[in-house]
Amino acid sequence: MTGVYLGLPAFPEAARSATKNTRMRANLTRATHTIRDKRARAVAELEDWDQLRAAGKAIKDQTLRHLDRYLLQVEEKVTAAGGHVHWARDADEANRIVTELIKATGETEVVKVKSMATQEIELNEHLAAAGIHAYETDLAELIVQLGEDRPSHILVPAIHRNRTEIRDIFRDRMASWGRPAPEGLTDEPKVLAEAARLHLREKFLRAKVAVSGANFMIAETGTLVVLESEGNGRMCLTLPQTLISVVGIEKILPSWQDLEVFLQLLPRSSTAERMNPYTTMWTGTHQGDGPKDFHLVLLDNGRTATLADEVGRQALRCIRCSACLNVCPVYERAGGHAYGSAYPGPIGAILTPQLRGTETELDRSLPYASSLCGACYEVCPVAIDIPEVLVHLRAKVAEHAPGHRAERTAMKAATYAMTHPAAYRTAEAAAVRGRKLIPAKIPFGPGKAWTDTRDLPDLPAQTFRQWWKETHA
Amino acid sequence: MRIALFVTCVNDVAFPSTGIATVRLLERLGVEVAFPEAQTCCGQMQYNTGYPAEAAPLAAKFARDVAGYDAVVIPSGSCGAFVRDVHPKLAPAAATPPVYELTEFLIDVLGVEDVGAYFPHRVAYHPTCHSSRLLKLGDRPTRLLRAVAGLELVELPAAEECCGFGGTFSVKNPDVSAAMGADKVAHAVESGAEYLVAADNSCLMHIGGTARRSGAPVRTIHLAEILAATKETAVTV
Repeated sequence: MTGVYLGLPAFPEAARSATKNTRMRANLTRATHTIRDKRARAVAELEDWDQLRAAGKAIKDQTLRHLDRYLLQVEEKVTAAGGHVHWARDADEANRIVTELIKATGETEVVKVKSMATQEIELNEHLAAAGIHAYETDLAELIVQLGEDRPSHILVPAIHRNRTEIRDIFRDRMASWGRPAPEGLTDEPKVLAEAARLHLREKFLRAKVAVSGANFMIAETGTLVVLESEGNGRMCLTLPQTLISVVGIEKILPSWQDLEVFLQLLPRSSTAERMNPYTTMWTGTHQGDGPKDFHLVLLDNGRTATLADEVGRQALRCIRCSACLNVCPVYERAGGHAYGSAYPGPIGAILTPQLRGTETELDRSLPYASSLCGACYEVCPVAIDIPEVLVHLRAKVAEHAPGHRAERTAMKAATYAMTHPAAYRTAEAAAVRGRKLIPAKIPFGPGKAWTDTRDLPDLPAQTFRQWWKETHA
Repeated sequence: MRIALFVTCVNDVAFPSTGIATVRLLERLGVEVAFPEAQTCCGQMQYNTGYPAEAAPLAAKFARDVAGYDAVVIPSGSCGAFVRDVHPKLAPAAATPPVYELTEFLIDVLGVEDVGAYFPHRVAYHPTCHSSRLLKLGDRPTRLLRAVAGLELVELPAAEECCGFGGTFSVKNPDVSAAMGADKVAHAVESGAEYLVAADNSCLMHIGGTARRSGAPVRTIHLAEILAATKETAVTV
């Protein structure tokens, strides 16, 4: 883990301050519930949603099983169509490749299409260190960049902001990045959108280099696919002379027929739209149309290691729709920043510890950032059983990470007592007898965590077991 | 038909009234109930906290303890789901009789909706996550509640949202857990119910503890205790 996410607190600590931020929580609750309800309606329109979901899962699983073959096919097809393919083992390698490609053009600024992969590798920060300005052109990413903030949602990165905050950010910050916000800026959505349009238009028309990610790569033709809602991505993908796309190796679909399934699953799950507004597809380069130079950087960065985990690999099916974030009660209250990664919410809680490992306290805390309520699994368009992976990752953390010795001892003791009836009866009787000695507010440990906000139940005079003996024995 | 009651460790120690209610209800309906006394815990806490090796002996033990009965009835959606979904992975060789959560047993096996209960109160039903998303109890609990004489069932706003208990989540992430619990209590109060009813006492312990600490005018009660209540044996919670 580098730069942006270095030294962030563990999830429970970050969430503690977030739960007290009433404005952020109000913004998040309003936004997530709106998208959640819209998604439910959009999905309910399709009678064959369950079959689509099963198809999406099956296509992704089949592709991941033969990823080696499909990756070589992508390389062959992209190269044949006039593109250049680069392989990046990790974030550092990807950042170095992109920086060198930009430097080779002689440019010092690039426009960016909203991309999770480049956030994951912290590309903007690396480019800045190399003297290259990267301008985010997705409206929400622009808000985050101008506000010197971090994204808190995959699809709606500025979801934690309301429009008054956005007005203030535009008014105060636009001038230092380019065209200033118009005088007398209000917080009307239309006015804010117009200010962003004017600010960004200048960048689109000037840029010679664009950097993007991709939602899908179609192996049979070497075609890349980007889905977006604003048309700003289309500007970046078509106007500049050089286009560099950084794409995770798991983004492959074997054929165009497979894409059909995902063009239904993704828009309805993410923006609750029946059809995606701007779908841009390109295959290498073309004379007199679009970028003259196209570079595809294939990013591993922990994906191969994730693929090796039989339970955890299902996280690689993710198509970054955000449906799991929008239904997650923990995300709604903790906010996206608490997850300390480009991938917040339930999917982040299983993706980040696999891609980054569990070296830091933050990454080790992520598998526990869930009540295992299962709302995420229910809405996932590719049926990732997120609770199953969370529990699987908890077991890995508990086995290998420091700080779990006391917990393991307690769990072992509990299992011992529960497999030795005499020990169990003794412990049970002691619990009932000792209950009246426990204070209403326990001063330390898990007891404190419980009694800070909740009463303990009054333990009854006798256990069920004792009642049964008296009445049925 | 002779069923084994798996009462669950939480009910045994902290909520015996639920176990007692389950026995009285089933016996009233003519079911022969046995309580295999060696039983302890299903192992869900260990498993979900990341200790599958500590949960496995409990899965094997469960199978031994309930062997030979016609069915197992569990008055908990969460433990019921764990036994049914995860035990086969932990103890693949073990053969157990069919396992039912209480409302499944009443509706699917006994085929009753009206269990002859009387509970003259306004109640709201909270579909706990594991009972609704894992067991898929659907409308079984509310069908049983609607048939209770004197009972007025009111709608719980945002009913499908998790209460924030989540086992050890409640103490590993106490702030988020408490924030979720506070919202659940607020919704229960908003519903106008005197009692919030559910099929899981662990969730109710969290919701009830939150309500009591904040002085919210709503009490929690397990579904079994409402279904066991009659005019002759009024429940006082």
